[in-house]
Amino acid sequence: MPAVTPETGGRAFEPGLRPTLELSRVTKRYGQVAALTDVDFSVSAGEVVALVGDNGAGKSTLVKAIAGTHRIDGGEIRVDGHPVSIGSPKDATALGIETVYQDLALCDNLDVTANLFLGRERRRAKSALLDSEGMESQAKAIIADLAAHLPTLDKPVSALSGGQRQAIAVSRAALWGSRVVLLDEPTAALGVAQTAMVYDLVRKLRDRGLAVVVISHNMADVFAVADRIVVLRLGRNAGEFDPLTARPDQVVAAITGSDAIGGAA
Amino acid sequence: MRALLPTARNASVYTVVIGLAIVWIVFQLLNDNYLSARNLSNLLLQIAVLGTLAIGMVMVLVLGEIDLSVGAIAGVSAATLAILITQQGAPAWVAILAALAVGAAIGLLHGTIITAFGIPSFILTLAGLLVWQGVQLAAVGDGGQIPIRDEFVRAIASTYVTPAFGWVLAALVVLGAAAVRVVTRRRRIRNGLDVPPVSNEVVAVAATAVFVGVVTWVLNSYFGIPWVFVLVLALMLGCTVLLGGTSFGRHMYAIGGNREAARRAGIRVKRTTIIVFVLISAIAALAGIIEASRQFSASNALGGGTLQLNAIAAAVIGGTSLFGGRGRIYHALLGALVVGSVQNGLDLLGQPAAIKNIATGVILVIAVVVDALGRRRRIARGATD
Repeated sequence: MPAVTPETGGRAFEPGLRPTLELSRVTKRYGQVAALTDVDFSVSAGEVVALVGDNGAGKSTLVKAIAGTHRIDGGEIRVDGHPVSIGSPKDATALGIETVYQDLALCDNLDVTANLFLGRERRRAKSALLDSEGMESQAKAIIADLAAHLPTLDKPVSALSGGQRQAIAVSRAALWGSRVVLLDEPTAALGVAQTAMVYDLVRKLRDRGLAVVVISHNMADVFAVADRIVVLRLGRNAGEFDPLTARPDQVVAAITGSDAIGGAA
Repeated sequence: MRALLPTARNASVYTVVIGLAIVWIVFQLLNDNYLSARNLSNLLLQIAVLGTLAIGMVMVLVLGEIDLSVGAIAGVSAATLAILITQQGAPAWVAILAALAVGAAIGLLHGTIITAFGIPSFILTLAGLLVWQGVQLAAVGDGGQIPIRDEFVRAIASTYVTPAFGWVLAALVVLGAAAVRVVTRRRRIRNGLDVPPVSNEVVAVAATAVFVGVVTWVLNSYFGIPWVFVLVLALMLGCTVLLGGTSFGRHMYAIGGNREAARRAGIRVKRTTIIVFVLISAIAALAGIIEASRQFSASNALGGGTLQLNAIAAAVIGGTSLFGGRGRIYHALLGALVVGSVQNGLDLLGQPAAIKNIATGVILVIAVVVDALGRRRRIARGATD
């Protein structure tokens, strides 16, 4: 095995580079229904992997298994090469895995800073009081760092647009996720300009050295941001593609199963 | 105390303050005695119980829940107090602690049932209202009331701070407000955040000083600041810090705003809900103690009638949303002042209870409509941003 070089800088298909998150032969059943069967999946630091598939292909189940909402029935999850057990969302966040849900999970009545620190508020030293100023300053820093275009941080987020809300959810993941960020359909409800902004944010997450997983239906999304495309079909691996060489119709064929070809090398 | 001052961020406060000013001017024109020191002092005594209940109500409303049983809890707590003192000969402090503990225990029961079975708080506390009113009737017994002769308990709602000490308290409030501003300002500068010009801060502290000074002067020109008002303000201060300054309070707002998001963020929704019900019930018990002190007895009617509905009305009139996630503790005092001012004014004009109820109901509708219009404007503005 070649020497592991953690500073390879990112792009996919580095043979021998140990993935940040690795799932092997993962199985998940809901009663009689097999939602995932022997699924292999991996993502490395500084890489964006698109997870695609039709409805019912098992994308959401896989995300839930990684995010800790559902426990897997079989197979193994490794983080930085170490086998881990993810039984709750707390376990996932403790491992540095953050999820941006499709419905964003923001509190409309709270301001940007409060949403970024939701459930993980900072306190002043030796006091039960909130460190509001410290949190605001850190929130400012992360938002400037990601160049997420947000107006003042002390407005309730109900006053913000869909793209701005998505930016808050992504910034929250960037603030807390030290290893992996999962984004579930991040552009589902967005306009053209806002979608471009989200692509930009996703690339910035990657450039910060995070392993990024984007779940999407949208081929334009997938080819715009992904370094690698993983296709699931009926709960099984159905191919893997390099967006630089693959054509969208090949990926679509793998998703629908209309053609036997698969890029799995 | 800083929270008492309207800020640019909270425009709805102006609406309430303007409404209160209109009420005061109208009643003063109808009756010269309305704004006398004596009547204003009475007003504060009259709204002590309502304001206390409304403080608890703001907390459950922020959480997105409601409590219809606070009046009955106040009744049970007052009965506990009176039985322990009058029938068991317990010292006042033991009886007071026991009454508060009974309230807290009722809240623990409510919160546990609500969270364990996912029952709407509206229904559970409606049932609680019936149950605790029954318990109150049984506890007070056939006499209809239990007199309280203990001097300390009787003093709670009927004694005044000496004028000199009143000024000391006023000075402490102003110094406290100034200290909060200085500390906040220093912390913002240390964290590299922008700060308002010093002149703004000075003006704000000066305004607080003038306001507190006028209130103290008016009250001192009668008997002084009622102790019970000091008690209510202290409770307000504590609850304001809890809601605005701690992660527990932040979690309350989060749960009221988006329960599912709060849960996913790792906030312990059930635990928080139970604690809030313990708090509101303990606060209701405190209101019961204050009312028993005012009446020198615990009657089977204490906490009944329209009291708890007025507490909800006061919280909403003050600016707290019925739909969760929005509300401040000072809304309780503002709303109680509006409700109390109208009822006091109508009393002064010799109007019957019928008119008082109708007037309170109409004001509640006006408050909710003003709030709805304001929210629509905010949403419209937000959408064009």
